[in-house]
Amino acid sequence: MPMLTRYYLKTGLVHLAISLFLGVLIAAQPVFNLSTSLPVLRPVFLHLLIVGWITQVIIGIAYWMFPKYSKEHPRGSERLGWAVYILLNVGLALRAVCEPLFALEPGSVGGIGLAASAVLQVSAGWLFIANTWSRVKER
Amino acid sequence: MPRLSVLMIRSALVYLGIGFLFGGLLLFNKGIPFAGIVWRLLPIHIEILIFGWTMQLVMGVAFWIVPRFSTPSRYGRVWLAVLAFVLLNVGVWITVAGQWGGSLNLLLSGRVCILLSGGCFVLHIVPRIKPLSVSKSV
Repeated sequence: MPMLTRYYLKTGLVHLAISLFLGVLIAAQPVFNLSTSLPVLRPVFLHLLIVGWITQVIIGIAYWMFPKYSKEHPRGSERLGWAVYILLNVGLALRAVCEPLFALEPGSVGGIGLAASAVLQVSAGWLFIANTWSRVKER
Repeated sequence: MPRLSVLMIRSALVYLGIGFLFGGLLLFNKGIPFAGIVWRLLPIHIEILIFGWTMQLVMGVAFWIVPRFSTPSRYGRVWLAVLAFVLLNVGVWITVAGQWGGSLNLLLSGRVCILLSGGCFVLHIVPRIKPLSVSKSV
């Protein structure tokens, strides 16, 4: 398993753990009368689970398993692969911090963080597509 | 990778690009508001990524990877998988049109297409989920 895939999968597991913990917190709020601010974590819970875990594992496995790009570069551009990893995870981390912050304090610097997170994540997605498209081919 | 899988996975990648773009517009607008109409993209963003990207990618990879038969047709009833592909994509676009236009009839029609797509794919793939000893297609 290439090192980049290991990074994707292990980081995905971290996102899974955090998102499931957030899910419990959000569900526990009305049951145990916890802070009424906790529901601001819902979008973070959803996106860490769906993007941070599911999509990231897909990206990691696709990078490993899809048909070879060429003999010289069987997995396409490793540099692009690392760029996708960094952009995606920095984008998600920014979102995880800024989204609740912005919800609790509208007009704060969290708004800029959300915009930056959006640009990073979209860039990650499109670079993944660019690096993977040619590997989706018949033999 | 069989041609149908290439079609499905490349289609899924297109949906990923569109879904991520819509999601990025939504998140950017949340942080630095520029157009209130962007919020109408939220159900479309969800639809495209769940059905267009995730479900279609799973179908495409499953068609490729799940055990084949050793006698023709090696992939089983391929026409069912092709029908699943067509119904899924038609369903997604009808649903998106319904969500954008606020048409409940289009929404329902789209959902029915996606349901039929799932049914066709299940009928195609279940015989291929088999032990090694089963070699002949249905």
